[in-house]
Amino acid sequence: MSTTTDMKPAESKKSGGFTGAAANYIDERTSISTAVKELGRKIFPDHWSFLLGEVALYSFVIILLSGSFLTFFFQASMAEVHYEGSYVPLKGVEMSVAMASSLDISFDVRGGLLMRQVHHWAALLFVASIGLHMLRIYFTGAFRKPRELNWVIGFVLFILAMAEGFTGYSLPDDLLSGNGLRIIDGMVKGIPVVGTWISFLLFGGEFPGTDIVGRLYSLHILLLPAIIVALIALHLLFVVVHKHTQYPGAGRTDTNVVGYPVLPVYAAKAGGFFFIVFGVVMLMASFFTINPIWNYGPYDPSPVSAGTQPDWYIGFADGALRLIPPGLEWVGLGGTWSFNILIPLVGLGMFIGVVLLYPFLEAWITGDKREHHILDRPRNAPTRTAIGAAGVTFYAGLWAAASSDIIATHFSVTMEGVIHTLQAVVILGPFIAYFITKRVCLALQKKDREIVLHGYESGRIVRLPGGEYIEVHQPVDEYERWKLVSYTNYKPLELTPNAQGKVSPVQRVRAGLSRWFFEDRIAPVGTKELEESHGDHH
Amino acid sequence: MPRTQKPTNGRTRRSGRRSPLASVALIAIGLLFTGGAYAMISTSTATAQTETASQQTVSEGEKLFAANCATCHGLSADGTGTGPSLIGVGAASVDFQVGTGRMPMQANGPQAIVKPVQFTEEQTAALVAYVASLAPGPAIPEAEYLDAEGDAAAGAELFRINCAMCHNVAGAGGALTEGKYAPALDGVTPQHIYEAMITGPQNMPVFNDMNVSPEDKRDIITYLKYIENNPSPGGFALGSLGPVSEGLFLWIFGLGAIVALTVWITAKSN
Repeated sequence: MSTTTDMKPAESKKSGGFTGAAANYIDERTSISTAVKELGRKIFPDHWSFLLGEVALYSFVIILLSGSFLTFFFQASMAEVHYEGSYVPLKGVEMSVAMASSLDISFDVRGGLLMRQVHHWAALLFVASIGLHMLRIYFTGAFRKPRELNWVIGFVLFILAMAEGFTGYSLPDDLLSGNGLRIIDGMVKGIPVVGTWISFLLFGGEFPGTDIVGRLYSLHILLLPAIIVALIALHLLFVVVHKHTQYPGAGRTDTNVVGYPVLPVYAAKAGGFFFIVFGVVMLMASFFTINPIWNYGPYDPSPVSAGTQPDWYIGFADGALRLIPPGLEWVGLGGTWSFNILIPLVGLGMFIGVVLLYPFLEAWITGDKREHHILDRPRNAPTRTAIGAAGVTFYAGLWAAASSDIIATHFSVTMEGVIHTLQAVVILGPFIAYFITKRVCLALQKKDREIVLHGYESGRIVRLPGGEYIEVHQPVDEYERWKLVSYTNYKPLELTPNAQGKVSPVQRVRAGLSRWFFEDRIAPVGTKELEESHGDHH
Repeated sequence: MPRTQKPTNGRTRRSGRRSPLASVALIAIGLLFTGGAYAMISTSTATAQTETASQQTVSEGEKLFAANCATCHGLSADGTGTGPSLIGVGAASVDFQVGTGRMPMQANGPQAIVKPVQFTEEQTAALVAYVASLAPGPAIPEAEYLDAEGDAAAGAELFRINCAMCHNVAGAGGALTEGKYAPALDGVTPQHIYEAMITGPQNMPVFNDMNVSPEDKRDIITYLKYIENNPSPGGFALGSLGPVSEGLFLWIFGLGAIVALTVWITAKSN
């Protein structure tokens, strides 16, 4: 009876029935409403390229889900067994328990093959979407202050994702993964003095040993995912703290964010997008074979299959090994020095280092200490865009080299021709890409200036009373013009003597780099220029 | 039975036309005859090819040889500067090279490429008989090794150890140096696979019977036919080329689809 009396005032307040009561219950115990209020009002700008990072996040969730399923059945042991599962061309073949359990997942566990393929396709998508996301960040200058640290975190995530991928690729202990590990073993052993020690430590003795699968498994399902989850959390926290960047446009400044709030619009969009990504991965996994370990068979150090490649994200490293000219070994100083391994190792290490530290390098060169929340259009930072294009060309050359044999057979060209061409691409390509991209950017900036000052050509020819013919230009509208003129015109740093009246060599280098960065530039149209151009009709 | 047949015959006579099925049946009978006859001839050449190849076939083969092969291999098949000697290469070699369309060679190049077969089966058999008559060599394999009913697992293991480094684990082919390549093995007949192993055509090494026994060769053929006849359990195989085609597919179609969907999601409604 007392309940009815209690209910009446509640109804009169219209507290929202069960949902309201439940929300109230939770809020009174967690004070979550403050967080929801804060996060729910967070604004995200709408642009397709801002969803690429989300794709990476969602693929990671898919990887976690499918990976958990796989751990129920996978056995990370290198003990020898005879396969007795249902795949006929491997019946009775001696293999490790790891390989046998991977085959059982593929052929004898219900839904196992689908989950394996979901896991692997999602892994490829994970690294690819991180790569694309990173390119977007780079070319729009989203790594500038205050987001330099988040760039570093993101790049470390990219490296960790590759490590996750490689450890996962090695787990089934099939022929392909064993060959991949053998290459890693060779690279490690190529390091002077400590290489052999590290290799023996890693493999628990001479390659391949009986430990490596178990060790990689611990890394793959425990240590690496834990670090990745922690870094993703930090990465997202920084996005919330910094607020999202936005493309230049009317009404958008460094102090506001124009877009939709998280609740309800963005949460619905993002939530729906998760299922879309999941759907795409599911479709790929349902219809397309990935890593058919049953073709490769168990690992055995003697056979190597034609077309043995790592997964795409390790391809650049494999390509570097393929492109290095032969005959660089040198015997002396009490050992063999495998420069054919050391040069790619050091070269790739430096490339990774430059990418990791690029935000700091650019900030130092430009001397720009302001915060940036408005993105650059790539053309408005010609040197940065050109450096990026050079880097992409370098990476793409190495990447393509990993498939040199497939290129040779499928385009009916010689293997040597492919290798030599790609060697040229890797060394000369970046310079060519740099110059072409820089010129294209400057030309696009000139075109933007032209459009702002004189509008679009309308194609309408008018004859004036005096007999003169003119083409009528259609002026650009204000919203469009905002986009075209709102960028900073940087100038090279000038050499300034310090307190002792001297110019330090470091300053000299910095000024030189700054000149290289900003020497060629097209200034945005100023207000005065714009006003002057209005009078002039032609 | 006779009752039902008579009216049909009458009807066809009346209309003055044969039943449309008659021509089909005739062709089928003809094919059966020629096919059966060929099978008999080819099996007999296989079993005792050095003796039974009749003198007539040999001389016919010699004429064909002089007209189509002698330019490079010499009028007496002893080789010239542009083609090797064929004395002692055996019946299997000729049957493989001519039977797969590699010979006569289309153009000088890193290796002879497969093209439409130029000779009829009788002509190929005549060429085989002629070259085999010059000197003993590897014979056309016996049918018992070509039935693809051996041990697929043993064959798969032998294939991985002996063949996969050039032909790829799934027989998808691979690159060699200087424009040469190991072709894909999909759709190659068991007889040609066997002949390739014993004669080592183009850049392929010879896997003689001491190295890979005839039973082992049968197992290898069994494995190749198994993967040819059983589609990949995982769906479309993407050419069985390994991570390159997977990566390419992911970037173009996987990520392509995702990017298209991001554009769709963020598109402004009209």
